[in-house]
Amino acid sequence: MKKLLLIGMLLIFATGSSFAEYRLGALFSTTGPASFLGMPEKQTLEMLVEKTNKNGGINGEKIELFMYDTRGVDAEARKKFIRLVKRDNVNAVIGPTRSGSTLAIKDLAEKFQVPLLSCASSDKIINPLNKYVFKVAPSDKHAVRKIYFYLKTKGMENIAILTAQNGFGDSGRDALLSEAEKMGLNIVADEKFRDNDRDMTSQLTKISERNPDAVICWGVGPAPAIVAKNFKQLQIEAELIMSHGVASKKFIELAGDAAEGIILPAGRLLVAEKLPDSSKFKSMLVDYKNEYESTFGESVSTFGGHAYDAFMIIKKALLTAGKDKEKLIKSMEEITDYIGTYGIFNFSKKDHNGLDKDAFILIEIRNGDWELLES
Amino acid sequence: MQFIYSGITSGSIFALVALGFNIIYNTTGIINFAQGEFVMIGGMLIYTLLSIYGIPLFMAVPVALLLALIIGILFDKIFIKLVKVPNEINLITVTIAAATIIRGLAMVIWGRNTLNVSGYIPYSVISFPGGSLTSNSLLVIAVSLLTAFSLSLFFKKSSLGKAFRACYNDKMAASICGVDVGHIRMLAFGIAAFLGVVAGIVTAPITYVTYTDGVMVGLKGFAAAILGGLGNFWGGVAGGLLLGIFEGFFASILPSGYKDAFAFLIILFVLFLRPMGLFGKKKAERL
Repeated sequence: MKKLLLIGMLLIFATGSSFAEYRLGALFSTTGPASFLGMPEKQTLEMLVEKTNKNGGINGEKIELFMYDTRGVDAEARKKFIRLVKRDNVNAVIGPTRSGSTLAIKDLAEKFQVPLLSCASSDKIINPLNKYVFKVAPSDKHAVRKIYFYLKTKGMENIAILTAQNGFGDSGRDALLSEAEKMGLNIVADEKFRDNDRDMTSQLTKISERNPDAVICWGVGPAPAIVAKNFKQLQIEAELIMSHGVASKKFIELAGDAAEGIILPAGRLLVAEKLPDSSKFKSMLVDYKNEYESTFGESVSTFGGHAYDAFMIIKKALLTAGKDKEKLIKSMEEITDYIGTYGIFNFSKKDHNGLDKDAFILIEIRNGDWELLES
Repeated sequence: MQFIYSGITSGSIFALVALGFNIIYNTTGIINFAQGEFVMIGGMLIYTLLSIYGIPLFMAVPVALLLALIIGILFDKIFIKLVKVPNEINLITVTIAAATIIRGLAMVIWGRNTLNVSGYIPYSVISFPGGSLTSNSLLVIAVSLLTAFSLSLFFKKSSLGKAFRACYNDKMAASICGVDVGHIRMLAFGIAAFLGVVAGIVTAPITYVTYTDGVMVGLKGFAAAILGGLGNFWGGVAGGLLLGIFEGFFASILPSGYKDAFAFLIILFVLFLRPMGLFGKKKAERL
C-alpha cells in the first residue's frame, strides 16, 4: 500500500513538472536607482503573461514566467542570467533594464545560446551584432537624430552636452558627438556628471560661458532633476533638452517647477490620448495604457512599453517557431511591420533592433504634464 | 564666480560633518565613520515626518532633532560601550560596521528609491555678482553657520561645554575633577548625530535623499576635517568651506568627471605635506 502511494505521488509530481510549457525568463531592475524603469517593465510583463495564459496560452501551451531583480547592478544581472539559464531552463530572456547590465551579459547569451531581448537603449547592445541579442528599445542615436533635426529646423547650431558617467550617459555621449559631426552641428561644451553628484552648477557655469543655443543633458535618475534645478537657478538662456531617460513622472516630481519647458524625445505612449486619431499607434497604445492603469492603479510609463514590445515579439516568434532556439531567432529576424509601442519594428538578420528615428516623438513638459511638440 | 557660491553651499554641509568628526575625535580619540549616515538619517527622518505623517514643519524639525540626539546616544550605548577592548582600532572598526548596518536598515525601512522633500521656504533665485544662489542654498549656509556658532558658544561658555574641553585636554585630570567621562562621550555622540541630522534636514530639498547618500558626504566631511586639522573646531568649519570651494573650482577648470577624486587628493596632499592640517597645532607631548 505504502509503495503504491509512493508511486502515485511520484507520478503526480512527474506530470506536475512537465516541460510542456514555454519558459520565459525576465531580468528587471525593480529596485535600485533604475527601479522607475524596471517596475513598469515587470508589471507589464506580468500583466501580459497572465492575460495570454487566461486566453489559452501560445499554441495551447501556458507560459511560465521566471523573473528576477537585478537591483540595477551589473554583477547581479550576470548571476541571475546564469540562474535563469541553468536552473530555470528558460527558452528566452526579456531584459535587463539597464544598458550596462545588458552589455555585461551579452557574452553569456552567446555562451549559453539563449535569445535575449534587452529593454535597454545603448547601441552597443546590437553593435557589434550578436546573434542571440536583440533590443526592443530604440537606440540613443535615434533619439539624438530626432533632437538634432528639431534643433536644425529651429536654426540652433551651437550645442552643449552634459552627460552622466554611466552606461546610459556614455553611449548617449558617443551618439551626441558622432551625430553632431554628421549633421554639421558644433559641440561647444562637453561636460560630465556622476550619478551621485548633488550640485551641477560648476558644470553648468562652464557651459553657459560658451553661450550654447541648446544644452542637452543625458542621464537617468535624480541627477538630471538636479541639472534642471541648477539650470533654472543660473538662469541660462538656452533651450534645455533631456534624454528619454527622464521620460517618467518621477522626474517631474523631483524637478518640480524646474521641469517646465524642458523638451525631450520619448515614446508615443506618454501622450497616447493626445495623438491624432489618424495615428496607427493610437488604439493599441490607449488600450495598453488603460489596461495597465486599471490593473495597477498608477500611470503607465514608456519603459513598460519595452516589456510590452519584447513580449509581443517573442510571442509572435514562439507562435511560428516553437521553442527551438535557432528557429526562434530566425523567426524573430523575420518580423516586419510590427506596430509596437515604440514605432514600427522591421527586424532583419543584420538589424536586431528594427527601429529608426521615428521611434521617438518630441514632447515638452508643460504644467507638470507631457505635451506633444509639433515637429 | 559661481563655483564660490556653490562651493560655500556644499562646503557648509562638509563643515557640519567635519564638526561631527571633530567632536567625537576630541572626546574619544576615534574617527566615527558613521558620521555620514547621520546626514542620510536626517533627510530620511524629515521626509518621514513631513511626507508620511504630515506633521507641520515647525513641529517636525524639533522632533527630528530630538530623535537625532536619541539615535546618537543609542549609537554610543549599542556600538561603542559594548566593545570589550575599547582601543582605537577596535572602536573605529565598530563605527565602520555600524555605518554599514545603519545603511542596510535605512534601505529596509525607506527603500532604494530617491525621496523628494519639498522646500521649506518659497523658492527664489538670488543673484550675486558673477553667480546666483537659490533660497534653499542660502538656508543651508545660514543654518550651518548658525549651528557652528551656537556650538562654539556652548563649548566656551556652558559648564557642560567646559567639561567637554577638559576631556579633550586630559581625560584623567577631568575625571579626577569630577567630570563623568563616559557621560561626556555619550553626549558627544548625541551632538555628532544632531549635527548630521541638521545637515540632512537642510540639504534634503536640494539634493533629495537616497539611502546611500551617507557614504560620500561622510568621506568628504572627513576630508574636510583632515584639511582643517583633525580636532580643531574652527579648522573643521574652514576645512569644509575650503573643500567645497576647491571642489567647485577644480570642477570648473578640469574635466568635471574628476570632481570627487579631488576631495581625496586633498586628503593625500595634507597628509603628505602638513599632517596636522591647515589650522591644526601639534599636541605637545611629554617625553
